[in-house]
Amino acid sequence: MSHEHVSNTKRIWFVFGLLSAVTTVEVILGIIKPASLEFTHFIGLNLLNWIFYILTIFKAYYIVWAFMHMEGEKSSLRWSVVSPVIFLVLYLLFILLTEGHYIYGVFKDSTIKWNF
Amino acid sequence: MEATVTTANNEKTWGGGHDVQPLGASYGKMMMWFFIVSDALTFSGFLAAYGFSRFKFIETWPLADEVFTHFPFMHGVSAPMYYVALMTFILIFSSVTMVLAVDAGHQLKKTKVAIYMFLTIIGGIIFVGSQAWEWKNFIKGEYGAVETVGGSLLQFVDKDGKRVALADFAVRLPNQPEELTRAKAKWFMESAETVPTYSVADIQAGFKAHPELLIRTEHLTAEKKKTVLSREESEARLNTAKYVVEGANLTRNEYGSKLFADFFFFITGFHGFHVISGIIINIIIFFNVLLGTYEKRRSYEMVEKVGLYWHFVDLVWVFVFTVFYLV
Repeated sequence: MSHEHVSNTKRIWFVFGLLSAVTTVEVILGIIKPASLEFTHFIGLNLLNWIFYILTIFKAYYIVWAFMHMEGEKSSLRWSVVSPVIFLVLYLLFILLTEGHYIYGVFKDSTIKWNF
Repeated sequence: MEATVTTANNEKTWGGGHDVQPLGASYGKMMMWFFIVSDALTFSGFLAAYGFSRFKFIETWPLADEVFTHFPFMHGVSAPMYYVALMTFILIFSSVTMVLAVDAGHQLKKTKVAIYMFLTIIGGIIFVGSQAWEWKNFIKGEYGAVETVGGSLLQFVDKDGKRVALADFAVRLPNQPEELTRAKAKWFMESAETVPTYSVADIQAGFKAHPELLIRTEHLTAEKKKTVLSREESEARLNTAKYVVEGANLTRNEYGSKLFADFFFFITGFHGFHVISGIIINIIIFFNVLLGTYEKRRSYEMVEKVGLYWHFVDLVWVFVFTVFYLV
């Protein structure tokens, strides 16, 4: 076991504060939707959505590392859990989003009127 | 075999050789991690499929801010985001109590573990209840819409672009189609779908009688708003109406793209199912804690394992929240 039997409550509450703060920022941005962020595009996404995704991954990192205590595990366990997920998710997203975009083009440019 | 049986000198670590311990975790914990990997990939598949459909219909996808606008005890107030933000906080907080239970377990403090487990269960129940309320509003709908023969959805707005509910303008024509139910001894010809409150003819007549009304299509403009047609165009579009849509089901919904409701039901439903099973597992472990099972073992590792599952449920919600409500 890699855990020392000491209390981690301080860190737990710190991470809770962090996750709450990030969620609050997300909600505020989601309600205001600043036009300067929403209508500026950067590699296929607008800046607002980039911020949302980055904050989501930031939260996910803290949930896995602090709450699920990944930081206390051996690096072999860490890598064998995290790396397949990251690789397969990126692969899946790449394939499906590319195809979705392609089908959008097919519908848009086709001579068949399909949804009117 | 040694993996499944807890033997005297190799109790906690996966049998990879006594001094090797490749992953440094017990068999149960390691398997929980790999279950989480596969479950994470399942959810990724769902969310990626949602992304696929959204990219496919990128110009007509519903706006989340217009769909999820309800807050308890605030009728008629459009409050997007607040309710789901509250749900997110509830789930994060139940994650915190879970990790506090695990922490207390490391110190073998039975009462503390039990209290924190109990709070976690309560948090989970509140979350599932909130989700049920969200579903209820989603299924019931607010304004109603009509669907055209071509499958696109038309919503109604006034001159200022504010949404107008069907009930506010539809007229009741005679010769209404009657819903066929068992109660009226018509079991042999029961309607496949519930008959909407108004017929297409009611809506068309009501629209003619209210010249201030306009039709809003699903198409998004460059400003990410829905397109509002002129009065002439609106009348022409309404002539192609085929169904009246109220609320949402798996076939059609008043918010827009049919797939939107399908994915909403499927993904939040699958997540809700995980929450429910998490609550049940937590309850079992809670009673084991009370009975002193882990006290006798001198190890609260079971609490840690269900904790992993519970945090995973929270983790999935973080992504569902972003994908469905923010982006």
